[in-house]
Amino acid sequence: MEWLSLMSTWLIPVMVAFILLYGTFKKVPTYESFVEGGKEGIHIAVSIIPYLIGMMVAIGIFRASGALDSLVEWVRPVLLWVGLPPEVFPLALIRPISGNASLGMVSDLIAVHGPDSYIGRLASVMQGSTDTTFYVLTVYFGAVGIKKMGDALKVGLWADVAGFIAALAIVSWIY
Amino acid sequence: MVNLIWVGLTIIGLIFAGINGKMDEVNEAIFKSAGEAVTICIGLVSVLVFWLGLMKIAEEAGLLRQLARLFKPFAKRLFPDVPSEHPAMGYILSNMTANLFGLGNAATPLGIKAMEELKRLNGGKTEVSRSMITFLAINTSSITLIPTTVLAIRFSYHSASPAEIVAPTILATACSAMAAIAIDRFFYLRRKRNGGK
Repeated sequence: MEWLSLMSTWLIPVMVAFILLYGTFKKVPTYESFVEGGKEGIHIAVSIIPYLIGMMVAIGIFRASGALDSLVEWVRPVLLWVGLPPEVFPLALIRPISGNASLGMVSDLIAVHGPDSYIGRLASVMQGSTDTTFYVLTVYFGAVGIKKMGDALKVGLWADVAGFIAALAIVSWIY
Repeated sequence: MVNLIWVGLTIIGLIFAGINGKMDEVNEAIFKSAGEAVTICIGLVSVLVFWLGLMKIAEEAGLLRQLARLFKPFAKRLFPDVPSEHPAMGYILSNMTANLFGLGNAATPLGIKAMEELKRLNGGKTEVSRSMITFLAINTSSITLIPTTVLAIRFSYHSASPAEIVAPTILATACSAMAAIAIDRFFYLRRKRNGGK
């Protein structure tokens, strides 16, 4: 696994250097562009605050009440059989439906179990390697007025399942 | 859908708490979770600003267009119904490149443009076309190089190595993208066998 962690460590610095050098070479006003693009980051971070508060409070209530434990207890045999830590199960349910909601769940899992725990890593990879099928479907098809979706939803959801299995397999293989 | 889940989580939680006598914990959880959500967003600002700033440079330097050109032969195979000089192909490629760099906000308008062009190719019908399903499948498997937001969260919770999940994420996303393409093909062939298109 040596090369994997090496790649993880080097990828970001190498990309930063490459983009800055390439931009300079192409005579882009690098610093001004950076500042301009960065402003959008502030906007995004602020605009997801309500999504995160809404979802994290709901999850907080659900967990504090003991309901989450009961649910997890109930499906535990199945989850253990496939090798999925029961705590991650709700994330897998909500990931295709809402990106911001699942981001709230990932934050929650990382806050409770720690970013460097097995669960924290698994949640990170799952969040990073799949997308919000319903959102993409609604936005893209809604914007251009596609009414008959055919197999699109089925294909998207099966792709999500495949993504979760891939994340689970890879994380359990590495750590 | 989200509405149902959201209300469901809260109400079921409240009923459970009532039965189990855990109202104190619930009261605490409400304010603690809300505070935590704000802390996360503040933590996100740093990484998002840095990354989107860098991406702006990449965009203005024409890196995204260069990459799109690189992926063209590959995209031709994925979308056999789309002529390679058609504007739809251009939008599909730029959408995929934007996604690759985690630029969700830049990717969405490009994706919508791509869908518009695909609809035009399909004779303006309100029915989904083969290429649209393929495009959606690739989009939902979200091929990404740097999972920016996840990195930001790991960073704000003091991970010993926030970036350690980058390589596993790339591997997982590559697997899921291949699976998505395979699933898309499977459904396409099934439709064809049943006399569809």
